Amino acid sequence: MDRNYLLHDSIISPLGFGTSSNLDAIRRGKSALKFHQNSKIFPEGYYAGLISEDLIDQRFQKIGDIKLFTRLEKLIILAISQVIGKMDSPDLKDTGLIISSTKGNIDQLGKSEFSEERVFLWKMAEVVADFFGFKQEPIVVSNACISGTLAIKTANTFINSGKFSKVIVAGGDLVSEFVLSGFKSFQAISPNPCRPFSNDRNGISLGEAAAAILIGKPESKKGQQIAYIDSYTANDANHISGPSRTGEGLYLSISRLLDSENINPENIDYLSAHGTATEFNDEMEAIAFDRAGLNKVQMNSLKAYYGHSLGTSGLIETILTKQCLLNNELFASLNYSDSGVSKALNIIKKHQKLNLNTALKIASGFGGCNLAMLLKKESL
Amino acid sequence: MKAGIFIKDSVVIRNGIVLKNGEELDGIETSKDLPEFLKNIFKYLNLKYPKFYKMDNLSKLAFLAMEILYSGEKADEETALVFGNSASSLDTDEQYLKTINEFPSPSLFVYTLPNIMLGELSIRHQLKTENIFFVQRNFDAALFISYINDLFLRPNTNEAVCGWVDLHNSEYDVFLCRITRSGQTLFNEEKLQKLYFATHE
Repeated sequence: MDRNYLLHDSIISPLGFGTSSNLDAIRRGKSALKFHQNSKIFPEGYYAGLISEDLIDQRFQKIGDIKLFTRLEKLIILAISQVIGKMDSPDLKDTGLIISSTKGNIDQLGKSEFSEERVFLWKMAEVVADFFGFKQEPIVVSNACISGTLAIKTANTFINSGKFSKVIVAGGDLVSEFVLSGFKSFQAISPNPCRPFSNDRNGISLGEAAAAILIGKPESKKGQQIAYIDSYTANDANHISGPSRTGEGLYLSISRLLDSENINPENIDYLSAHGTATEFNDEMEAIAFDRAGLNKVQMNSLKAYYGHSLGTSGLIETILTKQCLLNNELFASLNYSDSGVSKALNIIKKHQKLNLNTALKIASGFGGCNLAMLLKKESL
Repeated sequence: MKAGIFIKDSVVIRNGIVLKNGEELDGIETSKDLPEFLKNIFKYLNLKYPKFYKMDNLSKLAFLAMEILYSGEKADEETALVFGNSASSLDTDEQYLKTINEFPSPSLFVYTLPNIMLGELSIRHQLKTENIFFVQRNFDAALFISYINDLFLRPNTNEAVCGWVDLHNSEYDVFLCRITRSGQTLFNEEKLQKLYFATHE
């Protein structure tokens, strides 16, 4: 079977409206995490990556009526419109739309600005699909913090099954009072910008973002492309909100993937970790990476650049992994000082340029879910 | 044994009735009140599982349907879970939202994701396997078939459970279907639709 590739992409975040402005910001070491006051949930203020409403509307009014769409719909539509804008022949007849989101328009729950139906994820997906005129019913994947990566896996499956010729995977998640209050109730929010894998880490920072990526066969068979090889998911079967102490599900998803592709850890050039900066998550990942023999692989967490954008984080990080492979560069794991996990890991401390070919992307989430995805650079 | 993928058993919970393979289960006291109906099914199954009482109603529906699907038989450890619904976790989202201005409840917040039910089922049946949760307006048999067929191409999928577990405003719609590598009933769109619409005829 012919492989599918990660083609055009877009990231909409506090770091920029578009993938290249996001890459520039990361190269300059910028973080989306800022101190915000006037929050009902955090009267004393909190750190998060938020996108200004004015900026969203300024951008959106060039393509649509700002009054007709929710904040999240605007972000997702902006991301998709950038991807469609890059396609040579944007024929949406056989193109699927797969939307990933954990909470969708949850900020509209109990409000009356839009119809009540808008809080249903399928309705939000229909609104987005109708904006562009997708002919096929959109599919929604909502699987906690692996949603974005799992949506890419789903896209690959449905292209191979013949359901679609290509798929735009798009996702978005907001920093809503709903989500902020929930993580606060878990005492999981860091008082400072998050510090993944570091010995001084103290919880997560949340960030909002949207992203989109086209999956399919390249329009022209020239140059270098990033092939989607495969993904596996595995459940911890251990706890619904706490990470497994043995990294079981994450280890299984990685080892099943590497075994099926006959890949050794030394063949992996880069590992894009989940790294939320909670004590237990980062330790769980370290144990899973150690069990999978990935200690020496160069790795980072990008959460200190963006904050944790829940289901969307994996989508953004997959896009950035693709870009790093193409550009032969690796980004420093921002806010990392000294190892704060029980296993030795090769955390990237400085941006660097080096030849890259194969990357592993992982994600984990509530419900005990884990995913591992393999990407490879190919010269066509 | 024919090669292919087959439907083994199915369970429907709808309108105060529980069906296994199209037959109504006798002896479950029905109730219009969902929490009471859930309690009655749990009692009928004669289970000892304290975690059940902590679950939200959505996970309880999934849990009970899975118990009935397997009726005491141990699930194959390579059983993938491919689930979906229409309302995501909206029922619990609405309950949680009421708490956020006073004391946000972490025990409710954790259930504000639809895939938590997959975590509960994985813990109960010790399944360290493939999971996915779709949200669609209506049950879409073709979507489940495409995804499950792909999982069966992999060596580490022996069985799968295809599930639709939906709940909103006390309206619930539960359909679980066990998919195996051997059997009589071929796993196809027509058959899956028919089983899903069992009580709608």
